[in-house]
Amino acid sequence: MLTPLPTYEDALARFEPVIGLEVHVELGTASKMFCGCATKFGAEPNTQVCPTCLGLPGSLPVLNGAAVESAIRIGLALGCSIADWCRFARKNYFYPDMPKNFQTSQYDEPIAFDGSVDVAVPSAESGGELVRVGIERAHMEEDTGKSLHVGGATGRIHGASHSLVDYNRAGIPLIEIVTTPVIGAGARAPEVARAYVGQLRELLLALGVSDVRMEQGSLRCDANVSIRPRSSAVLGTRTETKNVNSLRSIERAVRHEIRRQAGVLLAGGTVVQETRHWHEDTGVTTSGRVKSDAEDYRYFPEPDLVPVAPEREWVDRLRGTLPEPPHVRRGRLQQEWGCSENEMRDIVGAGALGLVELTVAAGASPQAARKWWLTELARRAKEDGLGLAELPVTPAQVAGVQALVDVGRVNDTLARQILDGVLAGEGEPEEVVAARGLEVVSDDAALGDAVDRAITANPDVVDKIRAGKVAAAGALIGAVMKEMRGQADAGRVRELVLARLS
Amino acid sequence: MSDPIPGITRNDVAHLARLARIDLTDAELDHLAPQLAVIVESVTKVSEVADADVPPTSHPLPLINVFRADEVTPSLTADQALSGAPAVEQQRFSVPRILGEEQ
Ligand SMILES: [Zn+2]
Repeated sequence: MLTPLPTYEDALARFEPVIGLEVHVELGTASKMFCGCATKFGAEPNTQVCPTCLGLPGSLPVLNGAAVESAIRIGLALGCSIADWCRFARKNYFYPDMPKNFQTSQYDEPIAFDGSVDVAVPSAESGGELVRVGIERAHMEEDTGKSLHVGGATGRIHGASHSLVDYNRAGIPLIEIVTTPVIGAGARAPEVARAYVGQLRELLLALGVSDVRMEQGSLRCDANVSIRPRSSAVLGTRTETKNVNSLRSIERAVRHEIRRQAGVLLAGGTVVQETRHWHEDTGVTTSGRVKSDAEDYRYFPEPDLVPVAPEREWVDRLRGTLPEPPHVRRGRLQQEWGCSENEMRDIVGAGALGLVELTVAAGASPQAARKWWLTELARRAKEDGLGLAELPVTPAQVAGVQALVDVGRVNDTLARQILDGVLAGEGEPEEVVAARGLEVVSDDAALGDAVDRAITANPDVVDKIRAGKVAAAGALIGAVMKEMRGQADAGRVRELVLARLS
Repeated sequence: MSDPIPGITRNDVAHLARLARIDLTDAELDHLAPQLAVIVESVTKVSEVADADVPPTSHPLPLINVFRADEVTPSLTADQALSGAPAVEQQRFSVPRILGEEQ
């Protein structure tokens, strides 16, 4: 587009955005949805395929019970009702990513429907707010094969001469989770979209139903965006931006699409209902496929699969296996720890919530646990290019180091050296203390001698302290700490200095 | 999904042919539409027998909840899987470029 985009602020002044999100989650089952083929990521092409998932004549699908169980648990965790009775349908189309010429999916009878989640949307000013996002449905389907487009410059289908298809992914269990339109989020719509997917990701992780790795495509997000004039009650025409595969991209893509649509409308044009592609490098979306009557999938009930009618006792039993919802857990821990909203956001943002929780459980105070993980250990993780959880130190070891500080056996400087030792594989904190001789000197006679030497060597400082400038004692304490090579309790040194000069 | 098909028009046949990627001439449409209408009409007679209390049936057997355990069974080898493919490249099925319907 040649005309410059309106700024986000200008777009928001004139229009109200409405968003909807469709998230596809690949379940972490060992086998596929309708056959026993393995689901391992990264296998050699077409080595995890069989007559059923290749759609060969005479093959018949049989539903994976574990996938149904995961679907029900996801539905329950999203506050959905679980269908008493539902069926699969055939979604007919000709694209070669499904060798059967149809995808087996649920159509008008999803296994879960009518739920909602309260999404914690962080905010710099107000310390975050909860936004309720409605869940229209969560339904079961199967993933498609992967196409490689050959002959084009960009790997996209345009310009390609032909396509190469690997069906390893075809038939992997997929749950599609669809929100109701999110109306009224205003300027924060892009942040709500990001926070929703982030929270959904955490929830799926806690449920243990998927590895939810966006970069590997086991969690994929399509973002529907429309805008309408502030005075209008009618929803605008929506576009669907496909496969936005990081949390940050979701926020950027929605923000861009709001500005782009505002630009179209302000220039007197109309928004076309179409799918759009997000370009991570340039930060824009481009036109994909326009919705048309060719998009008639002629759904009909899948005759080869019998209906799914989950017994209520089964559903109730599965309800009992749900983990504490992430936002509830976060709120509970915030209260238990007495943290501010900002402190909590830092902990969650650093991916340290579970680590801090375990460190506290091992005996450290919440403040100390938070301090170690968010400063010293965060720095070390960054240096080594690791996630916090990947550092070779356990929450129990961190709590062990802090325990040594708490009883006065080491100070913070020494504690950091102990952590160095633990990270270097030198063993438990106590072993590092013994091997490196890191304990503070609490022997008052030895400390006293050092204090006396510092007093003798610094007569001018002594004069200042005697004249009432107690702050000058810092110079003497520093001298003593230096002589003790840091292995002294600075508080005790200060007491000794002041006692001698009073 | 369960609504009975009310009858088939020439436009319906043209639409279905387009969806099925079948290139029908006007003459073929004129010829086929009435024939298909007769077939559908004949099958629709079944609904005259069924009372309102008979729900539409998608599955003839009274079975529900047929599940398999989540266990991996052996797959085909890539060679077996690709043995029927008209063209193979990089251990993948080679297909003509098809625009516009990637899922
Ligand atoms: Zn298979």
